[in-house]
Amino acid sequence: MFDATTLLVWTLLGFLILCAVASTVVKSLLTTTLIFMSYSLVMSIIWLFLESPDLAGTEAAVGAGVTTILFFVTYNKIKALDKKKKEEADKESEADKNEDDNT
Amino acid sequence: MEEKEKKQLSSVPEKHNAFVDWVNGEERPKTEKKVIRENIRRPKKEKKEDEIKNYRKFKKVYIGLAIAMCCAFIVLLLVVVNFDPSFGIIDAPTNNEVSAKYIEDGLADTGATNVIASMILDYRAFDTLGESTVLFSAVAAVIILLRRDEEKRNAKEQAEFDKETAVIKEETLTEEKYPNIILQVISKFVIPIIFIFGIYVVLNGHLSPGGGFSGGAIIGAGLILYAVSFGDRKAKKFFNFKIFTAITSGALLTYAGLKCYSFYTGANHLHSIISTGTPGAILSGGLILPLNICVGFIVACTMFGFYKLFSKGEI
Repeated sequence: MFDATTLLVWTLLGFLILCAVASTVVKSLLTTTLIFMSYSLVMSIIWLFLESPDLAGTEAAVGAGVTTILFFVTYNKIKALDKKKKEEADKESEADKNEDDNT
Repeated sequence: MEEKEKKQLSSVPEKHNAFVDWVNGEERPKTEKKVIRENIRRPKKEKKEDEIKNYRKFKKVYIGLAIAMCCAFIVLLLVVVNFDPSFGIIDAPTNNEVSAKYIEDGLADTGATNVIASMILDYRAFDTLGESTVLFSAVAAVIILLRRDEEKRNAKEQAEFDKETAVIKEETLTEEKYPNIILQVISKFVIPIIFIFGIYVVLNGHLSPGGGFSGGAIIGAGLILYAVSFGDRKAKKFFNFKIFTAITSGALLTYAGLKCYSFYTGANHLHSIISTGTPGAILSGGLILPLNICVGFIVACTMFGFYKLFSKGEI
């Protein structure tokens, strides 16, 4: 019916739309970050179909590499992934707020 | 004492009396002190209730304003789109002579086989200077916000700073005490390949697809892998903060200086020293090769700087 390449491109684009919608619906932060990473990977393949290999290399290095690492480093700093550490961090911030009220 | 005070109070207003007493060295009457304390306490509690009410009002107004602004922007964009040239007109910038000129004369004018590199680093090199400046200022802003250095702090902030320093020191100690052997063994094989590939992409930017941005991102990712697997102390041996600032500032200034020469010779219709060379050779394309190297340096340092500042607070 249609060309094999157009079918492949349509499948990849459908996967992109699915990723974009799923990243807002999912409950946990870890899954959202991994969905961003896979979105970047599929985007990098689509750049090749649009005949720009340098953009494909840049997208793979930056999107599916550096920004995901930066996300995880930030989660480590704000203790957003580990439940116990998150409760400790919330207790500390509440204690800081109560100190301000008393003075 | 009380009669005298009553007589004074009846003749003179209260404030003046209390001030005179204070100036003369007598204490304030105790009743006045109590009144002042209560006046100070009450506004604090009222302030909180007022603040909460104002905050709720502000939230409602904010949501309404946000929706109104979004609708205004959508209407504005839809109106402006009508003034674009319609699809398929000969005079539109996609179809007129500009793109044909770049594609046909690109090789002859610049000597670079990669038309994209000749466009972004020769015809439109000023725009790439703007992009590199944006990367540089982003890293500078993150350094200002996140870098932990010695400065005067009051007691509370000093306590937080010490807590953070203790956590970071503990992390580095555990990294060195229990090294990640799998990462280290594999990195010894993979990191040289990553660096060589990144340098190849940067240097061949005018011959094959690639250029400064892709190659710089690859080199930055390799530096991040080295810092993660081998620890901070080894990474600081060849990449500390002084080298970082020297490389980024030097690369941006070199880019600007080289382009100044090109602008000068082009504006005064002089013949520039730098020749375009034979297409296909590595030393061709005029100034495209040095500019690619400058952009590669800036991008690599930006990527590595972001990772280091986020995780450890210092480079």
